[in-house]
Amino acid sequence: MSRYSAINLLRNALGGHRHWPVVWRDPAPKPRYEVVIVGGGGHGLATAYYLAKHHGIRDIAVLEKGWLGGGNTGRNTTVVRSNYLNDESGSLYELSLKLWEGLSQELNYNVMFSQRGVLNLAHTEHDVQSLRRHVFANRTQGIDAEWLSADEVRAFCPILNFSPGARFPIRGGSLQRRGGIARHDAVAWGFARAADRLGVDIIQNCEVTALKREGDRIVGLETSRGEIAAGKVGVVVAGHCGVLAAMAGFRLPIESHPLQALVSEPLKPVLHTVVMSGLVHVYVSQSDKGELVIGAGADTYNSYAQRGSLGIIEGTAHALIELFPCFSRLRMLRSWAGIVDICTDVSPIISKTPVAGLYFNCGWGTGGFKATPGSGFVFAHTIVRDEPHPVAAPFSLDRFTSGAIVPEHGAAAVAH
Amino acid sequence: MLLLHCPYCGPRWEQEFQCRGEAHIARPEPAAEASDATWAAYLYLRSNPKGLHYERWQHTHGCRRWFNVLRSTLTHEIVAIYRPGEPKPELKR
Ligand SMILES: Cc1cc2nc3c(=O)[nH]c(=O)nc-3n(C[C@H](O)[C@H](O)[C@H](O)COP(=O)(O)OP(=O)(O)OC[C@H]3O[C@@H](n4cnc5c(N)ncnc54)[C@H](O)[C@@H]3O)c2cc1C
Ligand SMILES: [Zn+2]
Repeated sequence: MSRYSAINLLRNALGGHRHWPVVWRDPAPKPRYEVVIVGGGGHGLATAYYLAKHHGIRDIAVLEKGWLGGGNTGRNTTVVRSNYLNDESGSLYELSLKLWEGLSQELNYNVMFSQRGVLNLAHTEHDVQSLRRHVFANRTQGIDAEWLSADEVRAFCPILNFSPGARFPIRGGSLQRRGGIARHDAVAWGFARAADRLGVDIIQNCEVTALKREGDRIVGLETSRGEIAAGKVGVVVAGHCGVLAAMAGFRLPIESHPLQALVSEPLKPVLHTVVMSGLVHVYVSQSDKGELVIGAGADTYNSYAQRGSLGIIEGTAHALIELFPCFSRLRMLRSWAGIVDICTDVSPIISKTPVAGLYFNCGWGTGGFKATPGSGFVFAHTIVRDEPHPVAAPFSLDRFTSGAIVPEHGAAAVAH
Repeated sequence: MLLLHCPYCGPRWEQEFQCRGEAHIARPEPAAEASDATWAAYLYLRSNPKGLHYERWQHTHGCRRWFNVLRSTLTHEIVAIYRPGEPKPELKR
């Protein structure tokens, strides 16, 4: 399979682009694999890639019930940052951010990672204190973080609402310049192509319908494309983790909710960074196509329907024009929802389970895209060694019994 | 948009309500004797089914009272609404 390079681009251009090889194979499932990953989103594909790349395992399948990245990976608003509050989270998200910084080269696939900065706005005294606390915490973690005064925010992003009559005046903000956005589909496709090259079988339209055990050990899976035996199974199905846990006979501290987003008609370049406000509850960036990509909130009810309520979209539109009055005449092109796996402490679960040989990676909720490479990296290690990667250890399932939860409800979070 | 029949106020649009999570989760008794695992299950573990779900709702922007709903998480269809303390309606299959 050919590498993507300027030479190859030229060569294929001369051939009218008719001779590019397939990006990944479409194999039929084999009867048995050493490791089976359930879920072909970014996290599952990254896990398979690092299993093959760093741990030398080549007998791997990724089973996806629909198409690659058709879950939350392809529905998210792609904000990448590492400025969480707790040290445990800092280690995990910063590991991921460092991987993002070299990811296009690593995968030989342009994931269009753009470090355009992520600006969190403070509107109240409480916001100021909380965001400054985050900035200080991040500095002690060795993570870049800056506090901007109101004037500095204005200089950095002048189209924000600084009118004297603003209902939610901007009193400052925290900025992580290394944060930014990436191309969501490219992340799934890039990991898929790189994993395929290392021999991983990527099997789409293959839904896992049951997990098979012998005693307390996993031995295989039933799927819509037949039975598959497996040495180990890693489950990375985001909003469907509760369904898979029920197949294995346990429950998780997670509920699945719709989370919505919307995009506007395309504009000339107007917003060069990512702006978030937890108080008015919206965040927005501008895609390379010119559309504003706008993140909304989650509904309070559980759902697997991949649609949310219109009231959430309406509230988001209110918030958007409060922050950016100049957007008030924009037309919106489309909105959608993904089913996000919200964990009680709003931190992920990367863990062994009560069933031997069965591992779960879930609970990323509204904010796991940014963690895609790091999550795959530590989960691959956890599966191979049958013990958590040191960075993943605080995110084990037993934290809910021990009480050592990692609460990340922080004000830096519209959560994404 | 859901239409919920508050047992106290009648039919109102969804925007007046908040869903408060799974219903019928009983606090372990006697509390002092419950194990860590029992507490973890009570506080954190949820059934999160794809299908019918017993859940609590509050009429936040109305009477502010709580009630129970049996609703499908797949179609959003509301199967039953009943007051706290009333017996759980049987699942129809
Ligand atoms: C609207 C929205 C905005 C978001 N914004 C951001 C953001 O700005 N920044 C950020 O960091 N995060 C964001 N997120 C969260 C982020 O999208 C997710 O945390 C992340 O993409 C999860 O990746 P994943 O690979 O675990 O899950 P997914 O991409 O959902 O992949 C899971 C896959 O498992 C498959 N699957 C499920 N059940 C089965 C089965 N039985 N058999 C086989 N396959 C199965 C699904 O089809 C799916 O493809 C957002 C999410 C949404 C919905
Ligand atoms: Zn009422």
